[in-house]
Amino acid sequence: MPYENSMIIELGHYALILALVVSALQSVLPVWGALKHDTRLTATAPTLAYLSFALVLLAFLALTHAYITSDFSVFNVFENSHTDKPLIYKISGVWGNHEGSILLWVLILVLFGALVAAFGKNLPAELKATTLGTQGWVSFAFLLFVVTASNPFLRLEQPPVQGQDLNPMLQDIGLAIHPPLLYIGYVGFSIVFSFASAALLLGRLDAAWARWVRPWVLASWIFLTLGIAMGSYWAYYELGWGGWWFWDPVENASFMPWLTGTALMHSALVMEKRDSLKVWTVFLAIVTFSLSLLGTFLVRSGVLTSVHAFAVDPARGIFILTILIIFICGSLALFAMRAPLLRKGGIFAPISREGALVMNNLFLTTATAAVFFGTLYPLILEAATGDKISVGAPFFNLTFAPIMVPVLIMMPFGQLLAWKRGDLWGVTQRLTGAFVLTLLSAIALGWWMGGNHIFAVIGFGFALWAIFGSLWEIWDRVQLKKVGPVRAWKRFWGLPKTVWSTALGHLGIGLTALGIVTTSVYETETVLVMKPGETRQIGEYDVTYKGNRDHEGPNYVERVAYFDLKQDNKFLHEMAPTKRVYNASGRPMSETSIVSFGFSQVYFAVGDETEDGGIVTRIYHKPLILLIWIGCLVMSLGGFIGMIDRRLRVGAPKPAQKQRKKQQQGAAA
Amino acid sequence: MTRKQRRLSLIAVAGVVLACATALVLYALKGEVSFFLDPSQIVTNRPAPDQRIRLGGLVETGSVKRDQGETIEFRVTDGEQEVAVTFTGILPDLFREGQGIVAEGYVNPQGVFVADQVLAKHDENYMPKEVADSLKKQGHWKDEYQNGS
Repeated sequence: MPYENSMIIELGHYALILALVVSALQSVLPVWGALKHDTRLTATAPTLAYLSFALVLLAFLALTHAYITSDFSVFNVFENSHTDKPLIYKISGVWGNHEGSILLWVLILVLFGALVAAFGKNLPAELKATTLGTQGWVSFAFLLFVVTASNPFLRLEQPPVQGQDLNPMLQDIGLAIHPPLLYIGYVGFSIVFSFASAALLLGRLDAAWARWVRPWVLASWIFLTLGIAMGSYWAYYELGWGGWWFWDPVENASFMPWLTGTALMHSALVMEKRDSLKVWTVFLAIVTFSLSLLGTFLVRSGVLTSVHAFAVDPARGIFILTILIIFICGSLALFAMRAPLLRKGGIFAPISREGALVMNNLFLTTATAAVFFGTLYPLILEAATGDKISVGAPFFNLTFAPIMVPVLIMMPFGQLLAWKRGDLWGVTQRLTGAFVLTLLSAIALGWWMGGNHIFAVIGFGFALWAIFGSLWEIWDRVQLKKVGPVRAWKRFWGLPKTVWSTALGHLGIGLTALGIVTTSVYETETVLVMKPGETRQIGEYDVTYKGNRDHEGPNYVERVAYFDLKQDNKFLHEMAPTKRVYNASGRPMSETSIVSFGFSQVYFAVGDETEDGGIVTRIYHKPLILLIWIGCLVMSLGGFIGMIDRRLRVGAPKPAQKQRKKQQQGAAA
Repeated sequence: MTRKQRRLSLIAVAGVVLACATALVLYALKGEVSFFLDPSQIVTNRPAPDQRIRLGGLVETGSVKRDQGETIEFRVTDGEQEVAVTFTGILPDLFREGQGIVAEGYVNPQGVFVADQVLAKHDENYMPKEVADSLKKQGHWKDEYQNGS
């Protein structure tokens, strides 16, 4: 046998089955203990959570080992790997297929359980036990799925010498990191869901609950934001269509939990500060994780055909659907039974910070409903009448964008309104400067881009209003004119973290919106056939096709087409889009060539060669497109600042612990 | 404002927002949705020129015609009827004769399908016959490995 450590796979398989047993225990013992007030039973929760994490990690590492060593006796490895594949894609191949990606899903699920066990030292014992117990139910359901219906450890009796290679489209650094990021976001909301279920089971829900939950909401939200942004950028440069968002059902599947997660992040803030909106926050927590489960179902069940649907196996679809129905119906039933018993929270006037956050929630959930409808309507219609329709980008642009415009308009107001009872007129006066700035810059930007697009100027207005409005609070608080630059600088750095967090979060939304508006209105697309030596003028650029050369990669051969990009006779960049053929699978794949100028990009893709030696070339100019993803990064940074601020407060006893430890160490020394 | 008044005003605002959203969705559904049809359906019952269509079928062997320019012509067939398609741009990597594709666009008054987007399946598996046989023997064969399915 060429495979020396072949036992490792059986070990991983065994660990997975043990993890199933452990998660079964985790779903029963701690919850039972919490209901019976038995501290011995509740105390098992962290141990079981660590144990199931360790076991699933072992299984995951075993599979990864099989991929790295190209152990083709494992069916999963044979199907998705190849000896010539670069190491990084051997590793990313672990989750580049159905079985492996679900295993990664479960790994992150139990990781979050272990993190709660580790960081939740100051949680009430019963809440912690019930939360980990609920997390155990989710792990149990998905481990059962992996072990019985989606086992990555199946062996082939006669191992083939070579594997079938990973889909070339997935052999890309963007797709190597996109799934883990997205999953951490998706699955992170499971913890929030477990916290919500635990609060309902125990019948206790107060501001402290929101304070414990907020860091988990923020962490999941940050990763989901980054995961979606990464996926969008990948689609942009890899698919060669120049589009960055297609309103594809698979994208919507990740976007819906993002929308409700954003709403949840804001309502949890109200709950923490004002002990209000409690029932609603718990409801959002349930809905967000339900949408994550729905996303997993849509993407992994094969209901939708896309690059994400690795295998179409109806049995698996039904299994995930069953898990989905049990968890959604179960949690909603629990919610219906327990929510009316919860104590009502604080009162606030409609014009107040709370009121603004309620509006945020209203619009975000309405937007989610529109996306939900557009995503599922074709499936339902086909099941009901057999008609096949497709609800594409035009539908979503027409419904989603108008719902989001009020959100952009209201954002700066919400930031400045006081809690409990706000002064709308006062806030409007304070925002006058931002408004004038927005108006002037929108007109200036419209004039500079040219072309008399009145709608573009309006769109710029909304985006710039979000940008200037979100930063205005900082400007307003620094009081540069009153206190002079030195003290203003000090005040600038001394601003509370929550102010920075909100300002950056909203700034990110504004930047993304600005990128979207500019690219949608002003992008240009040119498709033409170019012959070697030919120069053509494309917009403000001169493009010369210099010819092509063949080149050999690690596991593919490619034909690289070389173009010179010039402006006013000044050489700017050499573009080199390629067409590849992967050796193992024989599958063709094009790679684009992109160059950035500031926040704008020029994008080249090539197609077939014509009979007379020309090459079909597609050239895009995408003004300010990078702002779309930079906005997402800025948003995530805002979320991160909010999270570390929370951490400090949640861990109030922690600095004391550290101090004590230091003292002890000092004494020992 | 009492708690009750506050709740009522909130419900009123929510009602207005939801009503507007529903109106938008219904309006968008009327105009912005495309129907999936196969060539037979298009030939027997030609859709209006402003109706967006997704046409699915196989690229007929021998029908792909590329001139010197960037426009390409081909026919899509379902085995019974075929529809002429024109497309300007770069075809997907997996586009070839005999391959299943989906084209999006409109049927012009001459009955030619003018596509603005062509999609080929991402998930095609190529597999040598020997390997396929060995898989079948070992019980791991799944139907989707069928070439071009």
